[in-house]
Amino acid sequence: MYMPNTSPAADSSWQHQILSALKRSGVEIIAYVPDAAHTVAIRDANDDPDTTAVSCTTEEEGVAICAGAHLGGKRAALLMQSSGVGNCINMLSLISMCRFPLLALVTMRGEWAEFNPWQSPMGLVTEQSLGLMGVQCFRAETPEDVLTQLAAASESAFSGDQACALILGQRMIGRKTWVE
Amino acid sequence: MSILRRRDAVAQLLAKREDALVVTGLGSASYDVMAAGDHDNNFYLWGAMGGAAMVGLGLALSQPDRTVLVLTGDGEQLMGMGGLATIGVAKPSNLVLIVLNNEHYGETGMQRSHMGLGVDLVAVAQACGFASSQRILDEAGIDEICAGMHQHAGATYAEIMIGTEVTERVLPPRDGVFIKNRFRQSLGFTSI
Repeated sequence: MYMPNTSPAADSSWQHQILSALKRSGVEIIAYVPDAAHTVAIRDANDDPDTTAVSCTTEEEGVAICAGAHLGGKRAALLMQSSGVGNCINMLSLISMCRFPLLALVTMRGEWAEFNPWQSPMGLVTEQSLGLMGVQCFRAETPEDVLTQLAAASESAFSGDQACALILGQRMIGRKTWVE
Repeated sequence: MSILRRRDAVAQLLAKREDALVVTGLGSASYDVMAAGDHDNNFYLWGAMGGAAMVGLGLALSQPDRTVLVLTGDGEQLMGMGGLATIGVAKPSNLVLIVLNNEHYGETGMQRSHMGLGVDLVAVAQACGFASSQRILDEAGIDEICAGMHQHAGATYAEIMIGTEVTERVLPPRDGVFIKNRFRQSLGFTSI
């Protein structure tokens, strides 16, 4: 029987820093489609009285929610996994046409030690897909990268009116483990 | 009882907009709102099909003291059907989602939509947890929506049954950056 959960636990300390980093960037609304690597951030966002957490049925909803939040003068961020990028493609035209800022945090599947081949078709073209739709990608490959790259993506998004995605690499996230 | 004409229905609704913020779905809904009079607080979509209600949700969450009125067509809302569940869970008290239902895709050649083939979004919105969900058949029903839309009594879904008459295309501006900046400026926000 194949047991994917055999590696030592990855350093997940960065996950506990996501919400506070987003709040330092002025983010008050967080739209998300769950991913295991966003578990802590999603829980923190839902528990935080100063943050509005919006659970979406598909990632493109989150793109439009972030646009609407900016129209109303608030900063929003979108949490999703790499497969969700494919669900966003046409909705990203809203971001580029209106030059809305976008800050998306994308956890990667299908690019490193992936046991589920169904994650690979989208995971292998996640950054290219974002790039084709005008979204600039920032990558974090180590826990030390995360805050630096998140701050950079946030500044480009909210001060520079750019569409930005922080790609959180699968090697940093670690092998898939099932959350019981 | 004669079926409502879309332009009349939208004009009747917007006459009572007060300080509401308005988002329109692509196609005829955008033209109807433009025909009723351009406004700094109108945000017209020309694409991003399925996104109107979600733009409205983001706006409603960021401007909780203002009424947010989304006007869209049945085809546009069908593409964003999951968004009804998202609104039902987010429970924005100030969001009013109006679907102009002519049971057809008007922009692409009047193909029939799911709405005339047994799909009932009034029931879907109700099941998703909207505070109120109703089908509007006449002017009195629109008056009821107008009377309640500034009460902020919970997410409201209203489907206005309209005819398939051809209307003049009154085109809103297509420059998204202009529409965005105009909208934000009127709320006191500057561009970068």
